Amino acid sequence: MASEVIGGTVELRVADKRAVADGVVALTLVRPDGRRLPDWAPGAHVDLVLPGGLTRQYSLCGDRWDAYSYRVAVLREPDGRGGSAFIHDELEVGATVGLGGPRNNFRLVPSERYLFVAGGIGITPLLPMVRQAEMLGTDWRLLYGGRSRASMAFLDELEPYGDRVTVVPQDEQGLLDLDAWLPQARPDTKVYCCGPASLLEAVERRCASWPPGLLRTERFVARVRDGARDEPFELVLARSGLTLKVPAGRSVLQALGDAGVGVLSSCRQGLCGTCETAVLEGEPDHRDALLDDAERAAGDCMFVCVSRARSERLVLDL
Amino acid sequence: MIVHDVPAGVPVSDADPFADDVLKEPAPLQAELRDAGPVVFLRRYGAYGLARYEEVHAALTDWQRLQSGAGVGLSNFRYEKPWRPPSLLLEADPPRHDAPRAVLSRILGPRALRRLREAWFADAEALVDEVLAEREFDAVERIARTFPLRVFPDAVGLGPDGRENLLPYGDHAFNAFGPPNHLVEKGEPRVAELSAWVNAQCARERLAPGGFGARIWEAADKGDITHEQAPLVVRSLLTAGVDTTVHGLGAVLYAFAADPGQWRRLREDPSLARVAFDEAVRWQSPVQTFFRTAVGEVEIGGTVIPDGAKVLMFLGAANRDPRRWEDPDVFDLSRDPSAHVGFGMGVHQCVGQHVARLEAEAVLTALARRVERFELAGPPRRHLNNTLRAWESLPMRVHLA
Repeated sequence: MASEVIGGTVELRVADKRAVADGVVALTLVRPDGRRLPDWAPGAHVDLVLPGGLTRQYSLCGDRWDAYSYRVAVLREPDGRGGSAFIHDELEVGATVGLGGPRNNFRLVPSERYLFVAGGIGITPLLPMVRQAEMLGTDWRLLYGGRSRASMAFLDELEPYGDRVTVVPQDEQGLLDLDAWLPQARPDTKVYCCGPASLLEAVERRCASWPPGLLRTERFVARVRDGARDEPFELVLARSGLTLKVPAGRSVLQALGDAGVGVLSSCRQGLCGTCETAVLEGEPDHRDALLDDAERAAGDCMFVCVSRARSERLVLDL
Repeated sequence: MIVHDVPAGVPVSDADPFADDVLKEPAPLQAELRDAGPVVFLRRYGAYGLARYEEVHAALTDWQRLQSGAGVGLSNFRYEKPWRPPSLLLEADPPRHDAPRAVLSRILGPRALRRLREAWFADAEALVDEVLAEREFDAVERIARTFPLRVFPDAVGLGPDGRENLLPYGDHAFNAFGPPNHLVEKGEPRVAELSAWVNAQCARERLAPGGFGARIWEAADKGDITHEQAPLVVRSLLTAGVDTTVHGLGAVLYAFAADPGQWRRLREDPSLARVAFDEAVRWQSPVQTFFRTAVGEVEIGGTVIPDGAKVLMFLGAANRDPRRWEDPDVFDLSRDPSAHVGFGMGVHQCVGQHVARLEAEAVLTALARRVERFELAGPPRRHLNNTLRAWESLPMRVHLA
């Protein structure tokens, strides 16, 4: 067991890349130093920081009991802004990408029953949920729609679950029959839905009158946030007046330590929150697992053990 | 003494980590176990001990192979019935652990605590004013116990009555992680009464609006945990949230009394208060030990630990491992105590650590303003507990600034 003592920003190496459906590739990602990856739970996504500074979010769809690799599946988006095309066409086994997170806005909460509704690539966060529901002995069903059978990823991994899974390729059976599957709210059933905006809107409309908390959705259309940087940036410490350079691949925490400025930290993975530091100027590039979207957008604090800067200059209250 | 078969090729220790003399002064045994090897077989309990930083840190993060769900004490829930319903936080593994943990870490997270900061700093000032009216007092009784019991139950939303039950309940719960020795027996006559009181406080109608407890129930209303889970999550706050902070405060106050030079540093730079508390948690490790249970055969440092075996992690020993820390036995504010394992590490890392740090920061900041020097006014006395390192009494004389 190698222990995670040093910490720092995490890079991932593409250990495997394979087509898992028409237009979908799955990536297996590991740490180049072979160490453990940060823990995650179903529903979690990671930020992948691609060369050139594109950041894209992908749900983790592997096995959380494997602490040494992550799996994501990426749909080629012909109308996208280049992230998925880059991954499909240029990102090769052996290449490295930056990691942010994992974060989880789509947690699997306890329930007597689950109904999982997936559209296309929306299967990715639901796949580990299905495994866990099965492990917990919870009653569950999966309704999985896609354009065609060939475009639907992970059908092979779902096959052992038999008739708990209902596969509905649009070219064979048309659209998902939401009226039949979501006739009314059931207090003992939580519905988890992920897929294209049209599916999410249809499900949300169908469930608009339900009590809160029963329907849980995640919009898989990535919130586009360009400008992640792995390049060096200038770090200004407002109170001590010091100016430092944070080189690529070195964390802010490490750079502070090099300069003899102590900041208390603990997990060094952006998980525990001990190293929270106020940001006075500049734009943080958040890589933690703690802040929600609004808190990230506010940009007034960061976790220096993993987060970096998107601006050339960052001023911290230190 | 129970005799266990000794596995081949592993260093063996016949010591009892829960014997009174070890609990009183654990350093010699800790050094012995660290030096014996990365893994030591503890014959008396048939358990495997880890005392070096690297192995303890790795074991704490490896929830996949070293489970908590079979109990984090000596008792193995695979074969033995726990003395109370298991904790949904401490004694549960993913996936069952996920939802309660997510709810509590949100409620006790650093940003959620900001609204308490001002009030707790004012409370600490008021307490320090009261206490410093006398020049000599017992710092455990007057500060380390009083401050957490003043602010924490209010933050949870407990009613005014019965708060004196919190410390004896927590003390027994932490004793019960050890073997059934005289410390456990000592607590047994009151277990039923104390448990009944604690369990009653976890009910929704007992918890004031706006507190941690009420917010746990609100999370159940939103479906993030079940209504059956809510009272057990509240119970975790009441079990683990008081004694540990009390002993952490006791440790840091003792450190400053023992080394006035360090106190001068803090007075010169009060922003070191948080570092001081974490350094004290490293140095004294209020939580000394926790167990895990091997899931399948687990190889650590060349030793294969069999499925179902108990693994005892010596957090206190890891925090003083010279392989990781320079001059580990010294309390030193110039040290970076980051990544100590006094709060654990990984998915079970203390969910209330930010609460404890805020309490300590408030107390130390208030004291730094007024106290020039602490001095021990008599011999300090240890409180013995199978898991906790604690002071029963710290007689202090203070010199005001």
